[in-house]
Amino acid sequence: MTKLSRRKLITTGLAATAGISGLGVAAHLAQKYGLVPPDHGGLYGPGETLTYASMRLLTKHSLAREFSRSQISKRPLENEVAPFSEEFKRFQAAKFADWRLTVDGMVARPTSFSVDQLKSYPSQSQITEVVCEEGWSYVAEWNGVPMSHILDLVGAHPQAKYVFYFSIEPDWWESMDMADALHPQTFLTYGMNGSELPVGNGGPLRVRLPRQLGYKSVKFINRLIVTDDVKKFGKGLGSVSPEGGYAWYAGI
Amino acid sequence: MFVRVTHWITTLCFFALLISGAEIVVSHPRFYWGETGNVLTEPLFKIPIPSSRNLVPTGYGYVMPDQNGWSRALHFQTAWVLVLTGLLYVIVSLITEHLRKNLLPSKADLSWRNCVGVIAHHLRLEKPSEADASSYNVLQRITYLLVIFILFPSVIWTGLALSPAFDSAFPATVNLLGGRQSARTLHFFITLALVLFLLVHVVLVWRAGFINRTRAMITGQSSNREEVQ
Repeated sequence: MTKLSRRKLITTGLAATAGISGLGVAAHLAQKYGLVPPDHGGLYGPGETLTYASMRLLTKHSLAREFSRSQISKRPLENEVAPFSEEFKRFQAAKFADWRLTVDGMVARPTSFSVDQLKSYPSQSQITEVVCEEGWSYVAEWNGVPMSHILDLVGAHPQAKYVFYFSIEPDWWESMDMADALHPQTFLTYGMNGSELPVGNGGPLRVRLPRQLGYKSVKFINRLIVTDDVKKFGKGLGSVSPEGGYAWYAGI
Repeated sequence: MFVRVTHWITTLCFFALLISGAEIVVSHPRFYWGETGNVLTEPLFKIPIPSSRNLVPTGYGYVMPDQNGWSRALHFQTAWVLVLTGLLYVIVSLITEHLRKNLLPSKADLSWRNCVGVIAHHLRLEKPSEADASSYNVLQRITYLLVIFILFPSVIWTGLALSPAFDSAFPATVNLLGGRQSARTLHFFITLALVLFLLVHVVLVWRAGFINRTRAMITGQSSNREEVQ
């Protein structure tokens, strides 16, 4: 052992100690400021956490790109879904007149909304791109009510951390953090390109979350649960996506 | 030594990114130009392989197994490692003057005479000389600079342009490239350029003596016991 290598050893040791304690402090701060995603464990947890934390810091208030009317895709793609359940078919036969959106959890006034009720609130529109994780995309105009409006109506608790949202179809649910839930472009959409939202595109009610990939914009929504605890749902990873190997946070 | 360590981390990352990227392409082996593109629009070109999704009409009667979940997770995590390694490499290269001493071609290197000489040497497929073992020639310097400062930054840029969240914070990232689908297509072609570099790189290392050169890149010792980096 030469002197040089001993010095190297000591420096490396010190650097490693500093690095590990630095990581510890970073992990603590990240937890405190809500920069850790529910699927932070496992082999790919570090990558998911780095991505989510960076994007939360970079994009808290940024707006998804909006497009001009002329850029709306001529034929919006109707991505395939599993065959509809009998329950869904019954609602479809009744033209979704008795479709309800139930909102509960950490809210002052648990409420159940009909689609017509949702339409009675000030309607907003956005021309944004649906981006699929496979690689394809299209632009459409979406009409709906901002999620934040509904959360205001039901009186969501300030301690709430996530909004879980559920499709009527089985095993199809996601969640978003409050930064996304209160974001002005996060919609419950009931219209597309000026008409009713077609069933193929998620009608009667679909979440739009344009700063994340398409799989976060779940179709056929009939329930929202406001919560501060992801552990209560499924395997506690925030949504079904991580259970199938996909990222919970899909802003990339 | 940092050159050798970052070189091999980058090599590992590149293979992980290449394999996972290929798996992701399989889920939609069609490429477009502009902002939008999907199975209802005309592609710029298609890769004639079966897809891992039902949605894509490939002409094959079957659907490949879906590998997108782990592929995407691996792709993005490895991208983080690659970007952080690349940043470390550039910073240390500037501090230790590795960049100036070993990569920036000198005036003499760039002279017409020297360039023609090096090119002729390559074209005649001559074995590299002893001097080549301890210093990069002008073609190597220019190629490495292109790869480090043009191709890798471009592949990272076009990759980031595919992130809807990053685009919301920095819309120019994707708008300057002519739209999302253009960014995806460019990401693909820059990857092909990097693969081409890798192939030529390995062939040239092979001609210089693969075992000897690779050992040198791992241990820092060439056969005549000279410190390489």
